[in-house]
Amino acid sequence: MATALYRIIKYGLKNFWRQRLVSLATLTVILLAILVFQGLLIFNSVSTTVLEKIRDKIDISVYFKTNVAEDDILAVKHSFETLDEVKSVEYVSREEALLAFQQKHKDDTTISKAIAELGENPLPASINIKAKDPAKYPTIVTYLSSDSINALVSDVSYSENQVVIDKLASIIDVSEKAGIILTIVLSLVAVIVSFNTLLLAIYSNREEITVMRLVGASNAFIRGPFIVEGIIYGVIATILTLIISLPIAYFVSPYLRLLSPDIDIWQYFLSNGLALFGWELLFGVSIGVISSLIATRKYLKV
Amino acid sequence: MINFQNVSKSYNGFEPTIRDINFAVEPKEFVSIVGQSGAGKSTIIKLLIGEERPTKGRVTFAQYDINKITSRDLPKLRRRIGVVFQDFKLLNTKNVHENIAFALEVGGKPENEINDLVMEVLDLVGIPGKGKSFIHQLSGGEKQRVAIARAMVNRPDVVVADEPTGNLDPLNTNGILHLLKKINEMGTTVMLATHNKDIVNDLKRRVITIEDGRIVRDEENSKYHI
Repeated sequence: MATALYRIIKYGLKNFWRQRLVSLATLTVILLAILVFQGLLIFNSVSTTVLEKIRDKIDISVYFKTNVAEDDILAVKHSFETLDEVKSVEYVSREEALLAFQQKHKDDTTISKAIAELGENPLPASINIKAKDPAKYPTIVTYLSSDSINALVSDVSYSENQVVIDKLASIIDVSEKAGIILTIVLSLVAVIVSFNTLLLAIYSNREEITVMRLVGASNAFIRGPFIVEGIIYGVIATILTLIISLPIAYFVSPYLRLLSPDIDIWQYFLSNGLALFGWELLFGVSIGVISSLIATRKYLKV
Repeated sequence: MINFQNVSKSYNGFEPTIRDINFAVEPKEFVSIVGQSGAGKSTIIKLLIGEERPTKGRVTFAQYDINKITSRDLPKLRRRIGVVFQDFKLLNTKNVHENIAFALEVGGKPENEINDLVMEVLDLVGIPGKGKSFIHQLSGGEKQRVAIARAMVNRPDVVVADEPTGNLDPLNTNGILHLLKKINEMGTTVMLATHNKDIVNDLKRRVITIEDGRIVRDEENSKYHI
């Protein structure tokens, strides 16, 4: 068993080296496939972060009449927290609103003076509601229009921002769907192209495979070296992918950060490098091994 | 050892290539199967090594029933039959040494024995210095010697040669014939398929003559009659 394994690995390495031109061509195609795969992984991760950030910025604020007791507001807050569509509800009391307002305008003496002259806090208490899914805001708003709540409320920010929120919600939705479709289509293209390349590489060895069968080699002994080659392709292509993409990420990252501070590809590489390497290795080696298994099958029937 | 009982073989429902073939080969025999091209000689060899299955009849070799052989047993059968093909069927991506060693490696022979056996057999077939050469660097006669070396290195029960001199000049033809006789003298059964009259007449051994897929003559110490 150990001898057979040694021979299979030996021939795998020898074939890889002796058929250099075919190996190089195959390797290049698998390298490109892994680059596409890596691009998709990064694209998905970055777009998820960006969309998450956008989603997080959307909320609706419900302002209460200044005469409503805090307990009543907290009861309303609690009733929203129990809704399935709601991710979080934040209560801002009148005092907190005033502090935040003063803080925001501390350099503006006119406003500071105006507040001091008023002698009382003009700002209403509010709750900020964030939905799990931006498309659910209209549903949440319908709860607000119930009579018991409506009597306490002076203003809801949603009505002013409705168009923007709805637009953002549909952009997020379309982006996510497009991401999934893009990932599926491009992954399929990468897999099919790699598979066909390996199929051709093995096709060029079809006579050798037949001869091996005729001199008494078992299927495992014939397939083994091709599988070893498949593993070599996967490993080398993955290493090359990282060697190529790391410097690119390093130099491109600052420019992308200018577009949006949330897009930091270099940081993504630093924190996910090992997982990325693992996934790419799995992708590359799987393509190599599975394609070899399928491609040799046809010629082993002698 | 080798047994063909009422064997017929047809491809895709066409006229049979061979029909009602009956013969047996005993250990240490030297049998020539003669006939013109297309008479069915190669089909007999393909049936013996399980490359094809009979349409009718039964083919057996030692304990193996070729009609029913599983894909698991097929390599084991082939390790006991060394075949020399007319078109050599050597592995072009491997050098001479590796081509011959391959026949031993598939059977799991230990590495240290392989080297000695390959050197020995290269010496025997008369190309001791060609171990490192690749197949495309060899002449036709040399390729055929490599093929014979590969067929015999495993000490098989039988060596089957399908038109081994088909592509060779008279000098190389004699050399190959001499080798096959030597293999037979060493105790290995030899089955030679050929249409070369001179070879068969020189041998003066058993000759099975095939015409249009049928055996028309099977005689000891015979000659080429067609």
